[in-house]
Amino acid sequence: MSKRLVAFDKIGISFDGRVLLENIDMTISEGEIVTLIGPNGSGKSTLIRTLLGLQEATSGEVVRHKTLRIGYMPQKLHIDPTLPLTVKHFLALVRGVDKQQILPTLEKLGIGHLLQSQVHVLSGGETQRVLLARALLNRPNLLVLDEPVQGVDVNGQVELYNLIEGIRNELNCGVLMVSHDLHLVMAKTDTVVCINQHVCCSGSPQHVTGHPAYQALFGVPGADESIAIYAHQHDHVHDEHGSILSDGGDAHSHDHSQCNHH
Amino acid sequence: MLDLLLRALLGGLGVAAVAGPLGAFVVWRRMAYFGDTLAHSALLGVALGFLLDINLNLAIIVLCVGLALVLVTLQKKHIIATDTLLGILAHSALSLGLVAVSFLDNIRIDLMAYLFGDLLAINQADVYWIYGGGLAVITLLVTFWKPLLAVTVNEELAKVEGYPVEAIRLLLMLLVALVIAVAMKIVGVLLITSLMIIPAATARKLSKTPVQMASFASLIGCLSVCGGLWASYRWDTPTGPSVVVCAALLFLVAYTLPFKRLS
Repeated sequence: MSKRLVAFDKIGISFDGRVLLENIDMTISEGEIVTLIGPNGSGKSTLIRTLLGLQEATSGEVVRHKTLRIGYMPQKLHIDPTLPLTVKHFLALVRGVDKQQILPTLEKLGIGHLLQSQVHVLSGGETQRVLLARALLNRPNLLVLDEPVQGVDVNGQVELYNLIEGIRNELNCGVLMVSHDLHLVMAKTDTVVCINQHVCCSGSPQHVTGHPAYQALFGVPGADESIAIYAHQHDHVHDEHGSILSDGGDAHSHDHSQCNHH
Repeated sequence: MLDLLLRALLGGLGVAAVAGPLGAFVVWRRMAYFGDTLAHSALLGVALGFLLDINLNLAIIVLCVGLALVLVTLQKKHIIATDTLLGILAHSALSLGLVAVSFLDNIRIDLMAYLFGDLLAINQADVYWIYGGGLAVITLLVTFWKPLLAVTVNEELAKVEGYPVEAIRLLLMLLVALVIAVAMKIVGVLLITSLMIIPAATARKLSKTPVQMASFASLIGCLSVCGGLWASYRWDTPTGPSVVVCAALLFLVAYTLPFKRLS
């Protein structure tokens, strides 16, 4: 039985009376890859920030295993251009880092040659790998990755997901990922949690893609390959949209149904 | 005369040496306006020091730290945009300082010296203050270099990795306040920030790492002090502004000459 690293217990967050998240229950165990999906503004990042201790929950609590050690990979890295910084120096900032591990970690991620590069000149994919290296150097048993493939082309995305899966297999750590892109990430994921303020549905990728709540947000898999990438901004009603979708089945009828709705 | 110049040189070099590395942090964290606000309030510290008859350096440090704390508290409440808030505090504090100084009838204060500095007026005690304060700043900087840099690079990553982000941010403000207190005699409240920012900005052109930039900033600051003092001696120009002009010239040289940028 693998260790449960984190359990969200009825997490709710609101700002000035606006509800961002309500009643979120979710767990992450050792060796498990959990992918959090949901449209823009659905509260994915807020939920992750709560886990990281960067955001207080208004209600409920985050139960952390006493051994929990998080490696965090933020969505992007902004470093002021006035600050000269090489990749090596950036990674040496990890608290209590073993400096001997910096180069091997970079090499494992295929970017050993970037050790002496300035962080300002890295490409999107290189930056993501450097951030992943920083997360790994914190010796985590849970990796928290906020949109790890942002700004990376499709081939690079596949490589990154393979890397993440490889790391999970090697370290047996838990992985919590936020993602927009459903196709590529599905194959690597054990559990998908689809949220839009609350948990819409969760389970194995197969289970979730067949769920009406998921289809209402992301379309029917296979109906139109492109639609799954676009997250709809509309607030949704499960049954109604779900049923319209299963009737219509293609992207266009889906769009129209939403237009009429407003 | 030589004694006077030597003391001025010693004091100036001491200030420039600490203002450099701290200036680098001010540049990286975009705290220039914040530094200005603290510096402007230092005059109020001088007035209070005279009124309450306490050590001026101490009064300045206490006032700057107090103001820094007020700033952080107000900033968190999001009452008004930070730059507006800084503008309000900076100029209110400066004006309040000028008003307070005018109440001191029985003490004559050389206002120009406090506003623009008077390097040639520093005495033995000032030199001790500069080196004592400077040593404290450098010791703290070296001891907490890694957390200070980690928080500057990315606060969220630093927090997740367990750095005490709030405490480190406070430490940095305390250091800025300390430098302002010791540097005031040299360049005056209106020019202190320039002695932090200009050498650091010049050093950026020549540096590949944060440590390099901090060290070069110290060196360039020291060069500016030497040049400024020399100009002041040669042409009888005001010392503080001469130092700043010299720093600005070095900045111009670094950015116009075709050095290869090292990054």
